[in-house]
Amino acid sequence: MLVLKKFAKDKPAVLGLIIVLIVIFVAILAPLLAPYPGDVSASHLLRRLKPPTWAYPFGSDNLGRDIFSRVILGTRGALMIATTVVGLAMVIGVPLGLIGGYYTGWGSEFIMRVTDMFLAVPQLILALALAQLMTPSIESAMLALTLTYWPFFTRIVYAETRRLKNALFIDALQCMGASVPRILFLHILPNCISSIIVRATIGMGFTILMAAVLGFLGMGATPPDPDWGLAISESRQYLPDSWWFATFPGLAIFFTVLGFNMLGDGLRDIVDPRLRRSR
Amino acid sequence: MSAPLLDIQTMRLSVKTDEGTAQILDHVTLTLPRGRILGLVGESGCGKSTLVRAVLGILPRGASVDSGRILFENEDLLRLSEQELAKRIRGSRIGFIPQDPYLALNPVFTVGDQLLSVMRWHAPAPPGVTGKRARMRHHRARLVELLRRVQIPEPEAVLDRYPHQFSGGQRQRLMIAGALACNPRLVIADEPTTALDVTTQLQILKLLKSLVAEFDISMLFVTHDFGVVAQLCDDITVMYAGQTVESGPTAAVLADPQHPYTQALLACHPDRAQSLLGIPGRVPSPLNAPPGCRYAPRCPHAIDECTRRAPHFAQTGAGHLVNCRLAETRPEAA
Amino acid sequence: MLRFILRRVLLAIPSLFGLLVLTFFLVRVVPADPATALAGENATPAQIAAIRHEYGFDQPLYKQFVVYLGQVARFDFGESAYSRRPVSLDIKQRLPATLELTIASLLLGTFLGIPLGTIAAVYHNRWPDITLRILSVAGVAIAAFWFAIELQLLFSMELDWLPLRGRLSSSIDAPPIVTGFMLVDSLVAGRWDAFTDALHHLILPAITLSLGGLATIARFTRAGVLETLQRDFVTYARAQGVPSHVLIWKYVLKNSIVAALTQIGLLFGGLIAGAVVVETIFDWPGIGFYTVQAILTADYKVILGVTVVIGIIYAAVNILVDLVHGLVDPRLREQL
Repeated sequence: MLVLKKFAKDKPAVLGLIIVLIVIFVAILAPLLAPYPGDVSASHLLRRLKPPTWAYPFGSDNLGRDIFSRVILGTRGALMIATTVVGLAMVIGVPLGLIGGYYTGWGSEFIMRVTDMFLAVPQLILALALAQLMTPSIESAMLALTLTYWPFFTRIVYAETRRLKNALFIDALQCMGASVPRILFLHILPNCISSIIVRATIGMGFTILMAAVLGFLGMGATPPDPDWGLAISESRQYLPDSWWFATFPGLAIFFTVLGFNMLGDGLRDIVDPRLRRSR
Repeated sequence: MSAPLLDIQTMRLSVKTDEGTAQILDHVTLTLPRGRILGLVGESGCGKSTLVRAVLGILPRGASVDSGRILFENEDLLRLSEQELAKRIRGSRIGFIPQDPYLALNPVFTVGDQLLSVMRWHAPAPPGVTGKRARMRHHRARLVELLRRVQIPEPEAVLDRYPHQFSGGQRQRLMIAGALACNPRLVIADEPTTALDVTTQLQILKLLKSLVAEFDISMLFVTHDFGVVAQLCDDITVMYAGQTVESGPTAAVLADPQHPYTQALLACHPDRAQSLLGIPGRVPSPLNAPPGCRYAPRCPHAIDECTRRAPHFAQTGAGHLVNCRLAETRPEAA
Repeated sequence: MLRFILRRVLLAIPSLFGLLVLTFFLVRVVPADPATALAGENATPAQIAAIRHEYGFDQPLYKQFVVYLGQVARFDFGESAYSRRPVSLDIKQRLPATLELTIASLLLGTFLGIPLGTIAAVYHNRWPDITLRILSVAGVAIAAFWFAIELQLLFSMELDWLPLRGRLSSSIDAPPIVTGFMLVDSLVAGRWDAFTDALHHLILPAITLSLGGLATIARFTRAGVLETLQRDFVTYARAQGVPSHVLIWKYVLKNSIVAALTQIGLLFGGLIAGAVVVETIFDWPGIGFYTVQAILTADYKVILGVTVVIGIIYAAVNILVDLVHGLVDPRLREQL
């Protein structure tokens, strides 16, 4: 209860939560909310590149499609990519962190060295290189992003496990003959959960941003997907006349990522009082 | 008799916290005559440090003085602005010796840099010394002289060293030199020997005592240790839970404590205690302190009236004041 | 000091080696057949075989790796399949442009971020602090490529204040190359016109690139200053009458800067990655743009070469940060 009260007092975090909830809501109901759900693949060449009006609040793109509808429909893709990437990265990263932290020896040493190696390369460059190795598609972009993001989970779980490994209650469990998987997943993992949640929330925002960059560089979503990054890339040759074409998808990215980041920051404040922003 | 150097009159101070308003100081009265050393004694958390901070005007955010006056050389410090306090009181007319010299020195600057920066702002330059460079040279020379006086070896070289290169006792000597650097009238020492070992403690106390006479200053010496007070101080003021309970000449208070709290506290001192009993009960929370005497819940002599109204100061001897109902009813000593 | 640097360089070698293994693995082992990828879609089997032999793909993997290591040691990364020039020469020509851009944005981020973070901490929980908190979260949340486009829209296309792309206007002759840094070279040549023009070209890319770093540095400075303000020496300095502006901007800041400094080292990786995007949008002829081209055309020698160079720069920056760290903190200096 105290946690909830503390969270409610942190206005940016609450605002972040509200934005995230709105984004999720929009993503779920996207086909109902979008005024022209057919504009994913349709084209209306007669009304291409029209500025915003009441009927088309964000204007229309180079194929005459309603940008408002496409921004709304793009929410789905963005969230889908982010949840998949973060989810998969967790599935890979968390067990590796548990194993690396619990055992000592060359096996765990190897895991941690590989983790450090991945962390040493800038994520974007690694993701670009990985995405290039596969054919450009949303799936390869997701795979590439997953392969670059798992080390973050390994690192934090590793640190927590190392800390907990010598705790008295783990000693007691070992003496009672509890199996290692049991100790790891039933006793150590629950203690890491809060840091994992914080990292995952921030990771959602980060992944959406990265997926947009990949889309923008032509290594993620492919036309006619209503992808935000892709839309900004397509808009470049119609600037500066069609400013709305780039501006609104970019704002959508901005607010979504902002929401996740503010929420993540707020959660971190609660979980890790050392980094607390207020006294 | 001339007016005292420092005269704190019935001061009340409260701090706003998440759980409500805490009455940290409640009717604190304290008088420090010129040229004397006053020991301010009390357990940790009794408001000693807050009182010191109030005098220096460096209260934490959320703390505010509700009533009372802090007269320093007949000037009410509470009426001065932050700028005025920083400019002509702190560091210049009131020097400060902190509790833990290690934490009080900034680790990433040399000792000379830190001590000289205080002098640069506050130390008066003698007539004839003009120009920034000449003034700094003068300050440097004076600081070296002071360091020699507080028995720091190689005072010239010391200025370029960093705090972590000194021992605890030496650091405290540095702080003493720093407090004296700008010719203050008053030096406030906040438990300056608590962080030191016993031998060093003794040396520092001796040094302080000699400096008071030599530099013609007065000293407010905050401590929780009656032994230190007995060695060093001319007068004593005892605080309990934000209230002044007793004050007077050291010899009189130690020989004949009047307030039940002072009596209990002295009885707890390892030198005197027959057994390690301590005082039963605990210090009340300042969040919802009783309106009357704050010691009443633990006092063996307490009656109903004690918790309902605050006691008044009563004089029981020459300069010996006691803030207790028992003393009020007693006939005044001649 | 020298021993410290030497030790740090030695410590950096294992991670650089790891980087080499990783890139080698990614480029040569993960794709089913790199030769086919290189030869293009319409290549005949004979062409593919020729490429395979030319690149040494017919050798066993460990031999390929040893050959590769030898090349790296000599900074010989082979020839770019795309530009048909030695990769090392390409990198040498392009690296200064990227460094100029990253250093400019790092300076921008540091010299704005540290004062902003300090002000926020001093006005803790009041409006300057709250504003900065919102802005710093926003700074990290903004997509750099989009922000760059919006900046171009406003300042280049709409207001026509700043150039849209490139390092220098085509109407201006480039100064002779001395350092490769356009600003430095134009000053060396005494070419004031080239200097101002280059500076104008640098503004928008540098602002875009500095955004994330600025927000991070401001945040860490703020956290550091808040922590320092609670320390005893601040109380002591205040009690001794040190004026608050001296206290904050001299004493507190030097103590707090350590946290921000560590971040600057970590930020560098992000800056290089950001340069990939920023250079693409502003047609900045640097190493990031080059990398994207290489990745898009599967120019694997370029990818390997660029990775190695970035890895070395990254390690060097971190050593540099540790050195500065030691200079700021006298307790660490003795270990240097």
